[in-house]
Amino acid sequence: MSPVEALYYGLAALGLMAFLSVMVLALTWGERKALARIQMRMGPMRVGLHGTLQPVADVMKLVLKEDILPSWADRRIYWAAPLAVFVPAFLVWVTIPVSRDVVIRNMDVGLFYVVAITALSVLGLVMAGWGSANKYAILGGLRAAGQLISYEVPFIMAALAVAMLSQSLDLTEIVDGQAVFANALVQPLGLFLFFTAGLAELGRTPFDIHHAESEVVGGPFVEYSGAHWAVFFLAEYVNTFTIAALTVLLFFGGWRWPDVPFDGGVHTALSVLWFMVKTYAVILVIFWVRGTYPRLRIDQLMAFGWKLLVPLSFANIVLTGVVLFYGWPLWTLTVLSLGLLGGAFYLISILPGRGPSRMTVAVRPARDLRTRAAGSSASGVDSR
Amino acid sequence: MQFQQQPAQQADSLDLMVNMGPQHPSTHGVFRLVIWIDGERIVRAEPHIGYLHRGSEKLCEGEQYGQIITLFDRLDYVSNLNCELAFCLTVEKLMGLEVPDRASCIRVVLCELNRIASHMLFYGVFGLDAGAMTPILYGFRERERVQSLFERVTGARMMHNYIRVGGVKEDLPSDFAERLGELTALLRAGIDECDELLTNNELFLSRTKGVGAIGGSEGVDYGLSGPSLRAAGVAEDVRVSEPYSIYDRFDYGIPVGTYGDCFDRYYVRMEEMRQSLRIVDQAMEQMEPGPVSAKVRRIARPPKGEAYLRTESPRGDFGVYLVSDGSDKPYRVKVRAPSFANLQALQRLLRGAYVADAVVILGSIDIVLGEVDR
Repeated sequence: MSPVEALYYGLAALGLMAFLSVMVLALTWGERKALARIQMRMGPMRVGLHGTLQPVADVMKLVLKEDILPSWADRRIYWAAPLAVFVPAFLVWVTIPVSRDVVIRNMDVGLFYVVAITALSVLGLVMAGWGSANKYAILGGLRAAGQLISYEVPFIMAALAVAMLSQSLDLTEIVDGQAVFANALVQPLGLFLFFTAGLAELGRTPFDIHHAESEVVGGPFVEYSGAHWAVFFLAEYVNTFTIAALTVLLFFGGWRWPDVPFDGGVHTALSVLWFMVKTYAVILVIFWVRGTYPRLRIDQLMAFGWKLLVPLSFANIVLTGVVLFYGWPLWTLTVLSLGLLGGAFYLISILPGRGPSRMTVAVRPARDLRTRAAGSSASGVDSR
Repeated sequence: MQFQQQPAQQADSLDLMVNMGPQHPSTHGVFRLVIWIDGERIVRAEPHIGYLHRGSEKLCEGEQYGQIITLFDRLDYVSNLNCELAFCLTVEKLMGLEVPDRASCIRVVLCELNRIASHMLFYGVFGLDAGAMTPILYGFRERERVQSLFERVTGARMMHNYIRVGGVKEDLPSDFAERLGELTALLRAGIDECDELLTNNELFLSRTKGVGAIGGSEGVDYGLSGPSLRAAGVAEDVRVSEPYSIYDRFDYGIPVGTYGDCFDRYYVRMEEMRQSLRIVDQAMEQMEPGPVSAKVRRIARPPKGEAYLRTESPRGDFGVYLVSDGSDKPYRVKVRAPSFANLQALQRLLRGAYVADAVVILGSIDIVLGEVDR
């Protein structure tokens, strides 16, 4: 590596770090504001205009707080775990383009690289769970392992179907393939699979079982405080941003669809802006889900992953393959994809014990009960 | 019962013992639940109570009757007025006091509003237990509205000390009817909104349907009462089966569930709030001007004897047993706390459940530790 290249990568790493940090700060503020909106609150209002400086205050607080090492903790694993979560989250961004030319290193196998690196972060969670020597943390770490590995399959399969469609693993080329119409229109099923599995990969509601506050009290992070906890936090939000960005790149045409006008620098700037707008729209959906959904239980989570998402993701690949092999027009894929998605939801809705017995509470007039109680000698218990 | 007496060896040494509480976020107070888990399944559960024991019953023996009301406020601190009512009614029963009609109407209106406030708290924390973070804010919005009306009437948002032996402390403020009209309209809409937010959510249904189910006869055997028992299909409500105060005058409904699972326990409470509003409306219609307290001496001295009275608190059958030796202080006060009795069924309900279910089940029987530990 020449000195110039080394300098380029060094600066790029620094720039990326700064970019991601700013994005995470914006995201935390955005999440608090979005949730507050859903919950009839104001959200942060005090620090800066409408609380815009709140994330800065949060970071100050976290960095200044004491880092606690539990006395039973496995010291090395405990301290290494935040890094093991953060480094993959950071590395993914080496190849994610925010515009055609704004990328640190575009790779031919970009998608493959992204998928491979995201899988690594499980390790950090399990390490944190194990290293904390805390029962909640262990439970949370094992939950994370089970969950993330299961949802890796539909996640990769959905990405694979997109790669089939674009005939490339290069993220820039995948975006270029969507200049006319976005993949979301061709593969609605794929979008559903990718987004749902992505949410599970992130461990966000409704798949946040590994750090469920009401059950395992924060899971792997329960013993962490101060700067180390902040690193986990950072990684989590970087991952959220990554999944949203990937959803936009793979399904919503990235910085294209429709193309932004002008040439040169202005074009690039507008492209980046357009990409960010799309990404934040996806992120808003993630926040929205968080504001309205309860959490799945672990068995339901596994059932949902293995019994619904995995079969559907295979079907998605087969459908895409068939349509591409016979050269049918792409709208047939849209129809097939939608049909499959609708069929799956219909199958779920008619599962035994779901639909008909939904309303099981009946209101009985007190008047009737009174006459019965007066008629019999015993109290109301006999009315069962 | 069988489950309770299992020897310690029943839990395998390979099972992981997890302490939930007393500092766990979802044990609803200082309650400690020790569970032994095999993977994510609960093998054995052991509740530990007593962290909030303040000796309320013993304290009562050293206080005059009028002073005890404040102690009862602190039993079920989520529905204070219902506890006050139970105690005052028992003293009145012992003294053979006739309470003025207006006072009874005021009591019923406020107690039913308090039931709504209590169930709204349940709604919120039950949502949290299931992992949804928004319901608590909607539940608290409604609860807050009720509490600000209470503040107007009694001077306090909680711990009112408003219901007194023989009546209530003072008459309602002049703008009460108007404010209540606004409140009930808001509550009607609010209850429906809360209902929509959580009840029809597919994930919420899958988390609560069929979880922690208990049958009606078994529920009776365990001493369940209130919404937890009614959810199991037993139409037992003290307001109907042993009417106290003026509850026999009103026309309302008793929600009864089918399976006795978490969803039924949840929805019985949602429906109960609507029925409480009906009672509030009727009690307001029947309210006429008049005295709000019977002629009683400042320091009540019930005659020698004993009395027991059951009332329907938001959590169930709230009974007060009172022994008087003829002095100004009771000889003995015993409270039959519904939360305490309902908690007995916890071990049975937790059998074979998942860790995540434990939280939902505990939330669904809606205990208040102030009442359990007393």
